[in-house]
Amino acid sequence: MPITKDTVKKISKLSRIASNKKFEENMIKDLNSILKFVEQLNEVKIENIEPLASTVDQELIKREDKVSLMNEKKDILSNSPVDNGNFYVVPKVIE
Amino acid sequence: MSEIYNLTLCQLIEKIKSKEISCEEVTKSFINRASKSKKLNCYIEDTFDQALKKSKNQDNKIENDKKLFGAPIAVKDLFCTKGVQTTASSKMLEGFKPEYESTVTAKLWNEGANLLGKLNCDEYAMGSSNETSHFGNVINPYKNDKDLVPGGSSGGSASAVAACLTSATVGTDTGGSIRQPASFTGTVGLKPTYGRCSRWGIVAFASSLDQAGPMTKDVKDSALLLEVIAGHDDKDSTSAKNKVEPFSQKLKKDIKGLRVGIPKEYKVDGISKEILNLWEKGIEIVKSLGCEVKEISLPHTKYALPTYYIIAPAEASSNLARYDGVRYGFRAEGKDLIEMYENTRSLGFGDEVKRRILIGTYVLSSGYYDAYYLKAQRVRRLIKNDFDEVFKQVDTILTPTTPSSAFAIGENINDPIAMYLNDVLTVPANLAGLPAISISAGYDQNNLPLGLQLIGKPFDEQTVLNNAFAIEQSINFKPNFKDWWM
Repeated sequence: MPITKDTVKKISKLSRIASNKKFEENMIKDLNSILKFVEQLNEVKIENIEPLASTVDQELIKREDKVSLMNEKKDILSNSPVDNGNFYVVPKVIE
Repeated sequence: MSEIYNLTLCQLIEKIKSKEISCEEVTKSFINRASKSKKLNCYIEDTFDQALKKSKNQDNKIENDKKLFGAPIAVKDLFCTKGVQTTASSKMLEGFKPEYESTVTAKLWNEGANLLGKLNCDEYAMGSSNETSHFGNVINPYKNDKDLVPGGSSGGSASAVAACLTSATVGTDTGGSIRQPASFTGTVGLKPTYGRCSRWGIVAFASSLDQAGPMTKDVKDSALLLEVIAGHDDKDSTSAKNKVEPFSQKLKKDIKGLRVGIPKEYKVDGISKEILNLWEKGIEIVKSLGCEVKEISLPHTKYALPTYYIIAPAEASSNLARYDGVRYGFRAEGKDLIEMYENTRSLGFGDEVKRRILIGTYVLSSGYYDAYYLKAQRVRRLIKNDFDEVFKQVDTILTPTTPSSAFAIGENINDPIAMYLNDVLTVPANLAGLPAISISAGYDQNNLPLGLQLIGKPFDEQTVLNNAFAIEQSINFKPNFKDWWM
């Protein structure tokens, strides 16, 4: 069982997802069964095979580097949970 | 075919243009039926009033050059629609109103279609049954003694097309999310080649796999929608510059001489006898249409699903890092910034999304990256190589779409692996970036629809569509559910 309570705690922290006892218990079970399933890949011979990150064949298309006016600040801020009209507001970071 | 809502998209548009029916009548027909079908829970949000208003204006001036003129179309709630709530079926995005329109949906409206509403799906498109949605289960119009799932993740879209609550729709497919629900609901779903359609403005799940595509009543409708939504977009650097053909006009059912491959590895464990019989029937049909049928081998097929369940969660864990409670969507309280992030993401995401974020974070974390993520990417290349090799000998590949027909709500939701196995036949096309379509091909003994899948060469959607069209014409599948929910 590669995934222990400590692993779940650690990856929850890395994922910024609050964890509790019940969540940890469920995740230990689920994540171990998923890992067991994906470990079938250990059977595959992969020496000298290059990783494939994308199936796109074409060269990445570049855009001209020019300034364009897109969204206005007001529009963007309209979806924020908390803002002061100019900036997003978050819990105090620096005392 | 007495009711307007029973018409196909192509038939509707033709009748509108010939002034046989008005845009307003068409829109009202779908609104009335959708309003009486709330039990199926397809719509998260409707835009009926705006659609009706637009259709009335359209009746003043018919624009014959617009390919979708007057068609009311609801879309999967993964497409950002300007000023209209876009949730990805997550609590995290409840109330989110994008200030921009996705490229794919903008193309629909440019051709004269009107937004009818936003359709339910699995949360962030993660699921195969539409049971992970924050807005509740979608019900399949086909049922036996129990209510059945419509498949997923584009479950609301599939049920809505099948039950005639929209004229057609667009969904997204990362591992089978268009094709599997199409198969479960007796409809047609096409996942185009990766890069065919712009991903700009679509809520991201796994960026190297996600692709938008049509979900329709028949193959011709899918061909028409594809020619509208396809094409390069400067805002998506992975969208392809390949020429977009008028697929619906070039559609033909003469497929004599086409070489069709039958992959022996797709007879996976647990596939039902009825599905194997259906596959056999499909093979007989293409033979009778003059195709050359060849048994082929895709040796790495069994590794596609495990590969997918490393790559997709890895990309998802990265894509979903943006939901931080600061810029949009849901925010929970916390005593400091970190606790605010953690509470927001714990309360805002559902269980399946959290599972995938954690798995993705694990396989990308220091010490495990090579053993899981890089290994999966190497196997992904082997899977693609299998297809490259096979496409030297054949033009299309014929397989079943799913290993079973639609299942009951609650049947698989507590076993992630059992749920993932739904996608065993659809995932390879995503990993290899290939176009693939699911068409309705028959019924099982419980009168539930079953689908056949055709996979094609990159950017050869036309051949896939022609092959699908020929089989469809030959089978002449007819929906056979009653409106039990009204």
